[in-house]
Amino acid sequence: MLLMDSSTKISFNRCIRDGDLVIVYERHTMKAVKVCENSVLQNRFGVFKHSDWIGKPFGSKVFSNKGGFVYLLAPTPELWTLVLSHRTQILYIADISFVIMYLEVVPGCLVLESGTGSGSLTTSFARAVSPMGHVYTFDFHEQRAASAREDFERTGISTLVTVGVRDIQGDGFPDQFSGLADSVFLDLPQPWLAIPSARNMLKQDGTLCSFSPCIEQVQRSCETLRSDFTDIRTFEILLRTYEVREWKMDHSKVNDGNSTACPPRKRRQPSSEASVGDNASSSAVMARPSAETRGHTGYLTFARKCVS
Amino acid sequence: MSENKPESGPTVNPRVTWEGCSVLLDINDGDRLVFARLSAGSTLKIGNKTFSLQPLIGCPFGSLFQVESGKEKPYLSRFIPPTEENNVQDEGGCQLQEESRDNRAIIDNNQAQSLTGDDIDAMRRQGATGNEIVEALIANSATFDKKTQFSQEKYRLKKQKKYAPRVLLRRPFSRSICEAYFKKYPARIGFLRVDTLSLLLSMANVTANSDVLVLDMVGGLVTGAVAERLGGSGSVCNTYLGGTPYPMEIIRMFNFNNEICKRVLRCSVNDLCAVQNETSEQVSQREDVCTMESQSDEKTSLSVSTEEVHLSSKNGFLDLVPENELSTTGKTCKAPKAGEKAPKEAIQSWKENGFSSLIIAAPEQDAWILVKDLLPLLTYSAPFAIYHQYLQPLAKCMHNLQLEKMAIGLQLSEPWLREYQVLPSRTHPCMQMSGSGGYILSGTRAYSNTSQS
Repeated sequence: MLLMDSSTKISFNRCIRDGDLVIVYERHTMKAVKVCENSVLQNRFGVFKHSDWIGKPFGSKVFSNKGGFVYLLAPTPELWTLVLSHRTQILYIADISFVIMYLEVVPGCLVLESGTGSGSLTTSFARAVSPMGHVYTFDFHEQRAASAREDFERTGISTLVTVGVRDIQGDGFPDQFSGLADSVFLDLPQPWLAIPSARNMLKQDGTLCSFSPCIEQVQRSCETLRSDFTDIRTFEILLRTYEVREWKMDHSKVNDGNSTACPPRKRRQPSSEASVGDNASSSAVMARPSAETRGHTGYLTFARKCVS
Repeated sequence: MSENKPESGPTVNPRVTWEGCSVLLDINDGDRLVFARLSAGSTLKIGNKTFSLQPLIGCPFGSLFQVESGKEKPYLSRFIPPTEENNVQDEGGCQLQEESRDNRAIIDNNQAQSLTGDDIDAMRRQGATGNEIVEALIANSATFDKKTQFSQEKYRLKKQKKYAPRVLLRRPFSRSICEAYFKKYPARIGFLRVDTLSLLLSMANVTANSDVLVLDMVGGLVTGAVAERLGGSGSVCNTYLGGTPYPMEIIRMFNFNNEICKRVLRCSVNDLCAVQNETSEQVSQREDVCTMESQSDEKTSLSVSTEEVHLSSKNGFLDLVPENELSTTGKTCKAPKAGEKAPKEAIQSWKENGFSSLIIAAPEQDAWILVKDLLPLLTYSAPFAIYHQYLQPLAKCMHNLQLEKMAIGLQLSEPWLREYQVLPSRTHPCMQMSGSGGYILSGTRAYSNTSQS
């Protein structure tokens, strides 16, 4: 991610270079593209030459041979979460941002994570610990670990993240981290099996989080946490989005006795009965919740290692 | 292993308290939250007794303290909770299937307890510990055995909180500071809930080496949270309309080291937008005026916060221990405090490069008016996040940004947070819930031919 390194961070003076990762923003979709001097991007708006992009600032609008356009954005962990390829179910921004805050992850921290999955949360952890901290993430699936490593190379965070292939539920975290971790994050089918090891990894008052879709998993995890952890709290977080529209309301009186509120621009009101001042229309910006929204992702259980 | 106040080195989250550090005291598991500064003379009042906080100096954050009766007077002593609670749960687990008790015969007539207030006082004078008093109350309760397992636990906990109160030493972090204020004085932070704050930080991509522009009218909470994430690199510019900076007293609770403090700078919107061709004479003249203004404002804001402290201490919530605050600040803080006026070089650098992101937390202002002036200060492709208590100003702002084509990827969202109680056979969402954490408008600044840098 460009912002990690002070020499590459975005600014008015920093323009797109050959080899940069950009997020191509179309009207309703986005994708990550590596800029290559001789390459092109083809979509329903036409053909875009990468060479046209080089030298332009991030955030620019670029055109295709047909006159269609897209925007080129600098990658951030949020945008990356929306474009990365899903090898597993991923965490989204609401859960990710809450986890980072509640685990108290700041620059310099050492974070242990399992499973890596598609690396969505890992990318945000890397941002949070940069530049002096580190994330050690483990997945028992060799291929997924390899894909994650590739992704971290592409997004430029591989100096901050180390991916290991390991079965944390069966073998626990590696002993070399004992007592060194500031935070541990678990996204496993049976997290209670990993909790004793997590306990050993954490510093005193270190933070732990376990993400589980099912309440039975949460109950079992909490039971196991009670022996060595305190401040055990479980949450659910969701993000509701709103749509915004401008409505022009016609104030002319309606003759037929029906409701005077009218949908925008669809019905023409007979204005024969209206007096002079009543033809004025006003516009208002209105917001309503989006019709589709996520109902559940998982429960987040947080805890702190007891101080002895 | 004890650590001194972190002046050097990259550690930004020391785990052991030191003299002069700021702490958050959690009394009786969240019932009462108090910010304090640890020193030999600082004290805490629980009930009608005053306790010295000296035993807390040099202890790890997360330590628990209980009131112990000493030879002369009660004091706070470090205490490790036994794992007996775990055993109770296990027993509870087995007995649940056989729990046959219920409350049909229990009459609430205030006559179940045979120990009187005088009896308890006598026990105290003889040196009984809080826990012994709790056990005595249980032994002398006629209805205790008739209660269900869960009811007994609840009873024990209630008595323990009264006769053997516990104090948990918490680290002040953006999470704990935000939660404490949201619980006790939400209006001071514009009802900004902890999940909303976390979203602002993510959506604005706050990270090391970034230059973040912040308009903070929530007491400095957002500025502090941003500075925490920067960890001593980059910069956070706390900006303000007009000539008077907004109060930032919450930042003092964060225990920031010098490296972080000097990255928190202040600059008015006027200065940020000023024409670059101004002569240095004109600039320094204006700066002098501003410095004088801001110095006198600093004094007034300091005195205002001390007053608030006196008022709120009656309610049991202190911002900082009043009689010690000013004196300890004088002794221990030789280094620059956070919020110094931004030097010319910084302003110049921000103008040349643009800010890497923007956060606005002005829950009583018109969002569009602020965004119009501040968005052009961002570099292109920079994300921004605007917090508001009310939906309408953000809806209007979003609409205007779309019309003017100043931003893309606009999203108006509202976070929903619910906590659960997880106990054997008693798992359910908590009875109480926060109704709202406010709204966020987020997006990315787009470059267009009509944009001016």
